[in-house]
Amino acid sequence: MKITLNGEPRDVAASTLAELLVECELSGRVATAVNEAFVPAGLRAGHALAEGDRVEVLAPMQGG
Amino acid sequence: MRAFYGTELANPLMLGTAQYPSPAILERAFQDSGAGVATVSLRREGAGGAGQSFWQMIRDLGVQVLPNTAGCHTVKEAVTTAHMAREVFDTPWIKLELIGHTDSLQPDVFQLVEAARILTEDGFQVFPYTTEDLIVGERLLAAGCKVLMPWGAPIGSGRGLANEYALRAMRAEFPDVPLVVDAGIGLPSHAARAMELGYDAVLLNTAVARASDPVAMACAMMQAVRAGQMAHQADPIEARDMATPSTPVIGKAFL
Repeated sequence: MKITLNGEPRDVAASTLAELLVECELSGRVATAVNEAFVPAGLRAGHALAEGDRVEVLAPMQGG
Repeated sequence: MRAFYGTELANPLMLGTAQYPSPAILERAFQDSGAGVATVSLRREGAGGAGQSFWQMIRDLGVQVLPNTAGCHTVKEAVTTAHMAREVFDTPWIKLELIGHTDSLQPDVFQLVEAARILTEDGFQVFPYTTEDLIVGERLLAAGCKVLMPWGAPIGSGRGLANEYALRAMRAEFPDVPLVVDAGIGLPSHAARAMELGYDAVLLNTAVARASDPVAMACAMMQAVRAGQMAHQADPIEARDMATPSTPVIGKAFL
């Protein structure tokens, strides 16, 4: 399935958001959004991905 | 001392975590200065997991974390970012930035008030990055904010307190509200001045991180905010135009 992950086009096998994180080795403390809507960690396993989804995986970073 | 959503800070210095020459220098800047609040952000995670080591270091510092919504230009973007930050950083605190102008990074105060209302209703404790406008300040308080963070000058400019008159007016208008000068500080004297005006804290990043010696500058900023705070509490004299002799006139010898 073709999706966009953090702005990059990707072809992935995962069918849910939780599987996507495992497949792309994005573990640890991250927050997720799909198509500009926040998906809490507890809902990732039940969140089915669809063709063309835009997924954002964000992590702690330096800030002012 | 005014508390920030029930939290009393050990000292009035809030320090950003961006732009340091290295993580080790960032770490020492916090450790040596004693700054108790660190602003952080959320960015796209790479395959290497760079965010995880940064988070580990911040956790080990044992400081209070204040996540920001830096770079957000719309209410929706800022609100979504805030929700993501609350989950990642496990805190209701959010430094709400809604940028309205690309060159000056001036806050879009109209969207700021709207986002502040939405986030407050959702249980966030909002630290709004705002201008020195009193009416906007009132609207933010009405929206549920219990802290205001007016800018000193544009972010990263190092110009100090561009409108000291307005910042003084803001202090007078909101005597019970914790106020933080956020952004624009370049020198310890700027930070001290903000505290002399009666502000409760100063938030800065670039002035420390981009100094040749960030650790020394962080310590200088801490001494400055403490000095300014102590001076405000000591109730300074009013400036006057004419001299008044400090040495007693009575008892002077006739020579």
